Amino acid sequence: MLSATFITVFVASVIAQTMPLLLASVGETIGEQAGVLNLGIEGVMLIGAYSGFVVTLTTGSFWLGMLGGALGGIVGNLAMLVLNVWLGLNQIVIGLAVTLIGEGITSVLYLQNYAKANASLGQSPSLPIPGLADIPVIGQAVFQQSGIFWVMLLLVIAVGFLLAKTNWGLATRAAGQKPSSLDAAGGSVLRTRSIAVLLSGAFVGLGGAYLSVLTTATFTGFLTNGLGFIAIVITMLSRGRIALVMITSLIYGVAVAIGPALQVIGFAIPADVIKMLPFIVVILTLIVFARSSVVPPALGAPYIRGAR
Amino acid sequence: MSIDTEAELKPSAQRREPMGTKQSRGRSIVDGLVRSILPVLLALIVAGFIMLAMGSSPLAFFQGVWTYGLSGGNWQRSLVLMAPLVIIAVGLIVAFRGQLWNLGYNGQYLLGAVVASGVGPSLFAVMPAWLATLIIFVGAILVGAVWSLIPAILKARYGTNEIITSLVMSFIGVGIANLLIKGPFKDPSTPQPQTAVIPDDQLLPYIPGTQIHVGFIIAIVLAIVAQFVLTRTSFGLRMDVFGASPKAARHVGINSTWMVILLFALSSGLIAFAGSIDVLGQYSYQRANWDPHYGDAIMPFVFLARLSPLAAIPLVAFYAILATGGTLAAQQAGLNVDFLLVIVGLILLFMTITEYVGERRRLGQSYLPAGLRRTLVRPFQRDGRGSL
Repeated sequence: MLSATFITVFVASVIAQTMPLLLASVGETIGEQAGVLNLGIEGVMLIGAYSGFVVTLTTGSFWLGMLGGALGGIVGNLAMLVLNVWLGLNQIVIGLAVTLIGEGITSVLYLQNYAKANASLGQSPSLPIPGLADIPVIGQAVFQQSGIFWVMLLLVIAVGFLLAKTNWGLATRAAGQKPSSLDAAGGSVLRTRSIAVLLSGAFVGLGGAYLSVLTTATFTGFLTNGLGFIAIVITMLSRGRIALVMITSLIYGVAVAIGPALQVIGFAIPADVIKMLPFIVVILTLIVFARSSVVPPALGAPYIRGAR
Repeated sequence: MSIDTEAELKPSAQRREPMGTKQSRGRSIVDGLVRSILPVLLALIVAGFIMLAMGSSPLAFFQGVWTYGLSGGNWQRSLVLMAPLVIIAVGLIVAFRGQLWNLGYNGQYLLGAVVASGVGPSLFAVMPAWLATLIIFVGAILVGAVWSLIPAILKARYGTNEIITSLVMSFIGVGIANLLIKGPFKDPSTPQPQTAVIPDDQLLPYIPGTQIHVGFIIAIVLAIVAQFVLTRTSFGLRMDVFGASPKAARHVGINSTWMVILLFALSSGLIAFAGSIDVLGQYSYQRANWDPHYGDAIMPFVFLARLSPLAAIPLVAFYAILATGGTLAAQQAGLNVDFLLVIVGLILLFMTITEYVGERRRLGQSYLPAGLRRTLVRPFQRDGRGSL
């Protein structure tokens, strides 16, 4: 039952499910650390997924597709940038609006342009890591991933390093913790938050693109199916630490991958239970760790100079 | 001379005062109307341009909305759609007034609907229709109320952000509803995953002379009652105080733990009730994986109505026409129904923008009460620690 092929498929599936969420959660973390709660992440992910899908389909390049996803995510986050960061309007309402518009427009565009062709992108070329790729079981599952996987992983780790160890990271966290102190130290809250929101959009878009380009290799309306909201929860539980984001995303990936895996070895679990499983894991985590979910104090508050 | 001027001044001063208040009241009503309608208009215009950019005809779309949503007997279909929408609007208003973001409406609605469609067929078979209807309504409200306990208790006890918890619970609720329809409530006589059909003569009766079920009247009465309770009773006042500032509420002796649980239960129970009334009034059965996402669409209109149940009615009516006509109209214009989501999202965006411009010019009142507005700007600063 627990044959080598089974484990290989399971581990590969865990990776495929974890990465979109990990990228989106990292994006959300950057935004939240700077004090911007983006409830529109679901819509931005879909925009990234759609643009990634379209670019990959038209150019045939998975790398350009990922780039397209990142750009799509940045465009999706522009509404948050202008309306919230610059004008100080309510984040929750804008976030919901972005989610609705993202869901609607990608679904309509897909149905209009690509639904009939029912295009699949196929598998992206894998990049075996010399030496490691030959390890039985794990080598096949982990070290023969697409090169995109490794670049994304590096980007995530880079964000973790930048947030924790650099001036940019300090300024970003200050913009979320106590914007006035950043202002007093000569930094610009608006500029810091603007950069954070755009970078956040890029990562959320990458998450969406990873989902459509690599995980499912196609796009359909509402592809993310609540993944964006899970990313918000992961962000909240991880308290801005990228290492924790990686661990919690991995737990989610296992929760999603375990359903089909159990079906393979003979436990018939209804598809609805499999779909619910990650959300049940999330709510149980929230119940258990209810006290320890902490977010930056200035989260959700637009910064108005001189106002108290 | 002096007596003369005094005599002359008095009546004119008396006359001026009521006139002044009447003018400013009239003006604030006009301002309110402008602020409610302007975002909708702007959203429709921008949506029209998006349609043009996508190669569809906005004229065909809006004409279709008029044809299929209003003209002929179609206005009756719009009113039927209004029944659940108005009740959901009231449910959202109850939560939002208490400054609780109940975003779990999709799950709550479907769970309420599944009570009616799942238990309904067997209940109607053994007892008179009125009794079965009553039991279903009460059951749906209870299921909705109990379902909201987890987000409510987490919020009341640990301050866990209810936006997240209610959303997550919503996904679980949708899953449970699907599981029930595919499992215990499945109609064995059909291969489709759906519940048994409730016979027509057991459904909610029509309003005489129309094809609109009485659920519409129930919804309107509910909105009127809610308006009265919210604005004219001490409970409504306590809610507003709680919504404006939980700290102030504690000082006047309002138990905030109970307030959170009660408001969440009321809100969620009402939304579940909307689901049951929709099944018993319109659909008569429920398919698996069916989710109309009513709450997403109603949210902007609830804000535009400034959290007033009565003011929400005309706005909900507008959306009901848009949605009823829009389904066919979208097909006619070469679009998909999901385009309605874009329109609703645009309304939300323009609402915040209009609000911003209005604030700048100090025109009229905000679309939210001052207390809720303040906490909207700083939503997570309730206890100063910023726990989400």
